[in-house]
Parts: sequence; structure tokens; C-alpha cells
Amino acid sequence: MPVEKDSRKAPIDAPKNIGDDLRVIGVPRRRVDARAKVTGQTRFADDIFLPRMAYCKLLRSPHPHARIKAIDTSRAAAHPGVYLVLTGKDVPIQYGILPVSQDEQALCVDRVRHVGDPVAAVIAREELTAFEALDLIGVDYEILATISDPEEALATPEPRIHEYGEEGNIHKFVALEFGNVEDGFAQADEIFEDTFFFQGNTHLPIEQHASVAIKDPDGKLTIWSSTQTPHYLHRALAKVLEMPAAHIRVIATPNGGGFGGKSDPFHHEIVVAKAALMLDRPIKICLTREEVFYCHRGRHPVLMKFKTGVKKDGAITGMHLQALIDGGAYGSYGVASTFYAGALQTTTYHIPRYRYQGCRTFTNKPPCGPKRGHGTPQPRFGQEVQLDKIAEKLKIDPAELRLRIVESSNAVTANFFRLGTVNLSECIRRLVKVSGWNEKFRKLPQGRGVGLACSAYLTGAGLPIYWNKMPHSGVQLKFDRSGGVSVFCGATEIGQGSDDVLAAIVAEVLGIDPFDIRLFTGDTDLGPVDLGSYSSRVTLMAGNAALQAAERGKSIIADAVSEKLEVPKERLRFAGRRVFDSGVPEKGLTFQEAVCLAEARFGTIGTVGSYTPPKSPALYKGGGVGPSPTYSYSAAVVEVEVNPVTGWVIVPRIWIAHDIGRALNPTLARGQVEGSVYMGLGEALMEEQEFRRLPKKLSHALVHKFPSILEYKSPTSLDMPEIITELIEEPDPRGPFGAKEVGQGPLLPIMPAVANAVYDAVGVRIDEIPVTAEKIMKALAEKKAGRDPRYGPTHFPEVHWPEALRIPPPWEGGDGNAVNDVPRREKRHREKEKVLAP
Amino acid sequence: MTTLPIECQKTAKIRFTLNGEETDVSFVPYKTLLEVLREDLGHTGTKHGCELGECGACAVLLDGKPVLSCLVLGLECGGKQVLTVEGMGEDGKLHPLQDAFADLGAAQCGYCTPAILVTAKALLDQNPHPTRDQIRESISGNLCRCTGYLQIFEAVEAAMLKIADQKSSTT
Repeated sequence: MPVEKDSRKAPIDAPKNIGDDLRVIGVPRRRVDARAKVTGQTRFADDIFLPRMAYCKLLRSPHPHARIKAIDTSRAAAHPGVYLVLTGKDVPIQYGILPVSQDEQALCVDRVRHVGDPVAAVIAREELTAFEALDLIGVDYEILATISDPEEALATPEPRIHEYGEEGNIHKFVALEFGNVEDGFAQADEIFEDTFFFQGNTHLPIEQHASVAIKDPDGKLTIWSSTQTPHYLHRALAKVLEMPAAHIRVIATPNGGGFGGKSDPFHHEIVVAKAALMLDRPIKICLTREEVFYCHRGRHPVLMKFKTGVKKDGAITGMHLQALIDGGAYGSYGVASTFYAGALQTTTYHIPRYRYQGCRTFTNKPPCGPKRGHGTPQPRFGQEVQLDKIAEKLKIDPAELRLRIVESSNAVTANFFRLGTVNLSECIRRLVKVSGWNEKFRKLPQGRGVGLACSAYLTGAGLPIYWNKMPHSGVQLKFDRSGGVSVFCGATEIGQGSDDVLAAIVAEVLGIDPFDIRLFTGDTDLGPVDLGSYSSRVTLMAGNAALQAAERGKSIIADAVSEKLEVPKERLRFAGRRVFDSGVPEKGLTFQEAVCLAEARFGTIGTVGSYTPPKSPALYKGGGVGPSPTYSYSAAVVEVEVNPVTGWVIVPRIWIAHDIGRALNPTLARGQVEGSVYMGLGEALMEEQEFRRLPKKLSHALVHKFPSILEYKSPTSLDMPEIITELIEEPDPRGPFGAKEVGQGPLLPIMPAVANAVYDAVGVRIDEIPVTAEKIMKALAEKKAGRDPRYGPTHFPEVHWPEALRIPPPWEGGDGNAVNDVPRREKRHREKEKVLAP
Repeated sequence: MTTLPIECQKTAKIRFTLNGEETDVSFVPYKTLLEVLREDLGHTGTKHGCELGECGACAVLLDGKPVLSCLVLGLECGGKQVLTVEGMGEDGKLHPLQDAFADLGAAQCGYCTPAILVTAKALLDQNPHPTRDQIRESISGNLCRCTGYLQIFEAVEAAMLKIADQKSSTT
């Protein structure tokens, strides 16, 4: 039997230059899980087949808003091959991702709030049987009035979609003011007021959500699921099933794409868990593509109004942002999304006074939630397009304008976010150079143009969803007599390369090869908690935890080797699968011998590491959303060709610079940048999650306009431009080996850069995403008629905003608390007690 | 209406060549090739993203040509040759496309990867030196949400060179 030739790089040799560079970190490498992926052996949730497995299907509401008067499941239950029919009364306990929005039920009990809300589940011997039996369930609905958008929600306080929230159909208000913005406007030479709209869009992971649950032989529960957040699913299952969390094991299977769409605990996960416990056999569910569209949790549609005051030189004197956010039918991450929509404006440019007012309403559509960039791409689009308008009016080059106002490293912003390294200026300078900006901007022939935009993103949320003082990520290492090391961590592989990050860091510290490491990740039984693959947190948080665990293991091994070789510990070096005297490299042991020596000396070797983000100075209510250990920065130049007859946009080239701190694996880092650019381009030009009302005679339901991949347009291989990626690497001391995030940030500048480029090409402003041919044609018609050459929203509705919390910024002597709120410290203490109580 | 357990409904029987191996399989007649491969033959390397012929994740080679296995009935495959990702490697070695995809970041989540690999193989089998535009065209029916496609193009090109190299060294 021929043996597969090891096609990896040859084992790393012992170092030639002592004290020289890193051997794994920063080297383009095959990721540790690549072989499984290219051979089809990665086991996704739907690839799991177990003996005696039965299948589950959900009956979903055809109505956008209705009261459930009665459900008759008798015919379905009697159908041959059906094992069980569940309805809301079987799993009535409410849950939700955020403690403040526990507003979902695994199966709706008395009300459905959007088309696709599940009302019953059938579990049968075959999937087809379960599907057939759905038709045999009779549901008597009383149709209720529906709300299709936030303006309607504001105007229609009754009937309420939920009995909680601010008032009527307003789910959440945020009103924060950092410094006196009116003073800022009074000092401005020019004031700009612009309204923008960003249509919602969805994640479209190619893998449909799937789960398999079993009752373990000892009566406990195990569930495999395509989830980005096994820890939060663990919590939701314990709550709804009323089981001790210690008796539940959640295994996050590698996700076939997530992008935020698999971050909530979902109905189907709870239902199969319940059914597995009741039937004592494995239960599987795999959603159809249509169901995935209705599960959604994607980008919120947001209407925005920016009012910005600037000096003649471009300095911003004050900014006021208002956001009206379409939340859909449930809370999901929406409270966080509402804060995020106003959070990051201050992290790119110096804004001395800033006011944010956000309002999220409920509507009878699938719930919106976190999609790549969570809450921040919409206002980033408005801010960066407005800056383009400001630059033009002030007759300053847009790149130059941004360079003048970039915020500095380690600054504390007006809203009390402490920044890490800020290399946005370097990103802009590099871009200007490589893109030939100065030769292109306002100089290309009619129909061609370039646009520039910048952005920032978190490297991990600074606070956990459930406030507590425990680490956000933990890693355990087991050192084996074989010379191998096992890594245990809750981190979840969603394609972004979290397994590779863990392996690379441990391998680098211990001087072994990443392929010497076995990974046990995304499993709540095996590894310490990692909060999940969201907010671009894994590289920094799980990475730092892995770094600490590896350093601790290294220290133990070094103690034993130092004693044996009689070499001072500080002189020992770990590299090339050896531990040796850095002064006399021949003098040493293999890594395996070193581990055995340490085990003989100290007993079984295992270490742990954990990471907790630094405390944020943002103490005011709402200050928990937006702080991060450090932020990544991106800048992009997009080149477009706009056909003046059809409005069709072609994007031949995109240049992007990303301040990544350090690329742990440059191959994967580039992949994250290009993937973000791709997804941003889809949002910019075509992707939209749109709804329409069916005609009155057909129920007047509010349905998804196109819940299919064919009609939900996303870029194909034929649409992809050339992308020139520049990674700006200045290590940030807060990240492992200096790394910052790269999975989300590079998406953010693409949408505004496209809109700015279209303006450069044909002189029309499209203040709305997506920038479609139809909108360009309408704006060109306006231009031709001598009117405002623009397409976009023209008004922002009246919202009765609550009084803003007033927080004086740092430079006005603020301490991070609001001057008109009860001291947060006391309140926070009380809330914490509540959350930690069993 | 389905009333019998699935084992009793497996009335369809075909003999075909799966990844070079003569294979007999019986299955419920309504099943697609995708379902027969995954559910009746345990070949879960082939994925699905819509089961409607929209996403391209289920592509396999049928007599050397890429097809969407969710749109092909199992019954249509009697006597034919089917190649899935499981059959790409030879003699225990990865196919050059698999190596290149692994080395060059062309697989991120890996879900669309098996289908793109076999589709790219069909291209290279038929046209050993495709241009970038031909590569783009060949996989334009396979959606990938992770990579932005560029590293996939590069991997196909790298594999193309490697295959050409191997050919010239054996002839």
C-alpha cells in the first residue's frame, strides 16, 4: 500500500541563527484542517448519520402575524412512520441570545410574528415522512395586522408585536451624548446633513443549518450543531429543557460558513434536543434553504441621518447620528446591534463631540441580528460617503482629509473606547501609492471612477453577553509522552481558521510543528469555555489563552531540561522539535525526550491559560457595547466602470490595506481580507433581503421577496475583481504575537468606497445600499433634468427620543459615567448578582 | 404515501462505477444521486446547499462531466461513471488540485470545496492549460461565500502547472 507522501513543508530544522525570527507565526502555511476539507472528510452536522436516527421537520407559519387559536396534531401523530409531534406547550420556556431579550420560543405557543415562525415539529422514521406529516397538522390562526417597516412601527403602537420593549413597537432606544454637540456645530465652518439607507441582507452560508441530538447512554444530552456559539446554545438548552447544564454537551461541528448567521440559539436545535430526550434515539434536522432565509438574523435595514460640523481644514467639530433600525420580529442580538450602530464612528477619526440616537423597532419579518461587521457597516457607509461629500465641498482630497483627522494610537475616544495601535494613516498612504490614487481620482474618463473609504472593527467584544468576571476564553494543554500536544478549547471553527490559530501559537512557543498538535475544539464537555466565533474575538482571546498555556508548559519542561543539562533555564530554546542550549545548539534533547523528562520529574504535564479583556473606561449605561482590547483598521480604493446607458456597474479592481497587527498565517489572513471584500461587494451592488406583501386576496402576508439562492443575487466567480491586498503589520502588544482581527473589518469600507467611486465615475450620489443599476439610472435622470443628482432617502421620520445620557468626554474631564444617570457601579453590581444567580 | 420503512422501499437497484469501483446499490426510487451517495453509500464528501440546483455545492462528475447531483436521479446513473471528492486522490496521494487548494487557502470553511474540486478537475482533464477566464467560467456555477474566489483561481493554476510538470516528467 503506497503511503501518502507528506506534502507539507519538511519538518522545521533546528534554528541556524539563535534568537532569530518566528518559525510558524507569519509563515504562509497550509492550515491544519486543510486536508480534511479538500478530501471531503470534514464532518459537518448533516454528515452525521447514527444508528436508529429519526428525522425532524418544522411546520412554519405562513402568516406574518397571527394568533394561534388551536393546533390539531392528531392526524399527523397517527401517520405511519411518525414517532412524535411537538408543539409549543412541549417547550414553552422563553429564551434568546441576550439576557434582555428572552423573547423566543422553540415552537410558538400562542402567536406567530413572521412568516417562517415555527409552530410544530414532526419527528419521523424518514425525512420525507416527517415532511408529509406537516400537511396533516391543522393550525387555526387568527390573522393580525402586520407591520412592515420601522416608520409603520412608529406610527402603529398597537397591536404590539411583543409585550416588552420601550413602548408600542419600539424595541430599544439608545440616546447618548458625549460633549455638547450643539457647541460643536456652533464652532463649525460648514455643517453637513445627509440621510442614508442601508437595505438588509443575509449571510447565505452555503451549509444549511443542521443539528443532531442524542440521549447519551447515561441519560445526558449531546447535540452536534452548526453553531458559532456552542456556549450560548448550552445555556439556552439548559434553560428551556430545565436540565442541569452539566448534563448537556454541545459540540459545534465545523460550520460550512457562518458570517454571524449561526450565532443565535435556534428553534431547531432545541426541538431536536427535546425530541431526542423524549424518544431516546438520535434525531436529525437539516433546514431547507428557504428556512435558512427565514431564520435570517442578518443585516438590519437602517435609515440614518448624519449631521456633521467641520472646520475649513476638515477637522470635525461635532457629529450627530440618528439611526432607525428595522429589527424584524424578535430581539436576537438587536439591543447590541442598536448600540453598535452608534459605537465605532469615533474610532477612526477624532470626533470631539458626538451624539447618537438609535431606535430599533419590531416588524413582522424574520429577525435581524449580527452579520459580519455587526451593526457597524450601515453607519460606516453613511459616515464615509458623507466624508466624501465634505472633502469635495472643502476642496480637499478625500485621502488627505482622512489623514488629517485620523485618531491616534492608544487614544481614548469621546465615547470612552480605549484604542490600541491605529495604523489607519499607514493604510491610507499605502493605498494612495499602490492604487495610483492621485493619477485617478477625478481624472479618469467619464464613466470610470475611483472611490476611497476607511473603517475600524473590534478585535473581540470587551464584555461577555452574560456579564461576569470569568475569562472569555480558556485553553488546556495536555503534553504527551509521544511528543504530541493536545489542545482543548471551546473555540469554534467556522472556516475562519480558529483551529489553525490555536495550533500555530502552541507550536511556535513549544518549537514543534502545527501538525504535531491534536485539537479538540468547539466541545463544551472537552474544552474550557470560549465564548464563540463572533465579534472577531477568537484570534486575540483564544490566541492569548493558548499563548499563556503554552508558555506555562514550556516553563515546566524547561525546568526539567535545565536541571538535566545543567543549562540555565533562560538559555534554553525550543525549536525544530528540540529543546537545546541556545549557546551550544548541539546540546539538547528532542521535544519528546524533554516532555518525558518533565513528566518523570513533575508528574503528568498539563497546563491551562485564559484570557479576560482589560477593563473598559466606558462606565455609562451602554458603554459595554463597543469596547475591545484593540481595533483593526482598513482602507479601500474601489475602481468602477459605470455604463451610462444601463447603469450597470463593473468593478475591475479593488485595493485594500488592512492594519492587522501581525498576520499569524498570511495565506489565511489574505483569504479573510479577500472574502470580506467579496462579501462587501455583494452588499454594495446586489444583495438584499427584501419583503413584499402578497395581494389582499392572498392573505396580504409579508413574505420574503426571494428566499432562494437563485434570486438572492450574490457575486459569482465571474463578478470578482482583481484584489490587491496590503497587510499593514505593526504588532499590537495586546494581541498574541501582535495579531489583531481580520475576519470582519475589511468588509466595512467596500460599500462606501463603491458609492464614492460611482460618484467619481458619473457624478451621481447613491446614498443607499445596494447601489443598483436602477438607482443609478434614476439619479442620472435627475442629473439630466438639472435636479439634485442623487438617489436616496429624503427624510428621517419624527422619533420621540428619550433624554440622552450625557457623558462628558475625557478632554472635558469626564470619568466615563453619565452625569444624569444613577452611578453605574451600584447598578452594575446588582445586575451581575442577577445574572450569576442560578 | 410513504408507509413502509425505508429498507422495504429500496426497490431501485443500479450498478455503476463510483470512484473507479464497481458498485451495486439499492435505494428508494425517488432519491437523487446526491441522496444515494450521501445516505445509501455513506459518501458524505459531496455537500448540498439548496437541493434545487442553485448553489453548486453538490457537483460530481458523471462520465467525466460536472453535474449537480441534486438534479440527477439515482436511477439515471446505472452503468455510468461517477466521481466524487472521495475518488480524487490516487495511490493514497492527494490529487494536485487538492494539494494546491490546501496549500493556497482555497478552502476556508470547506463546504463548497468538494464540488469546486471535481469541477476544476473536469476542466483540467478536458483543457490542461485553461486561462484565468476559463477557470472563472468553469466554476461560475459553484458559489463560495468565504474566499472571494481568488485563492481558488490561484490554486487551480498552481495545480495546472504541477500536473503539466508531472506529465512531462513521465513522458
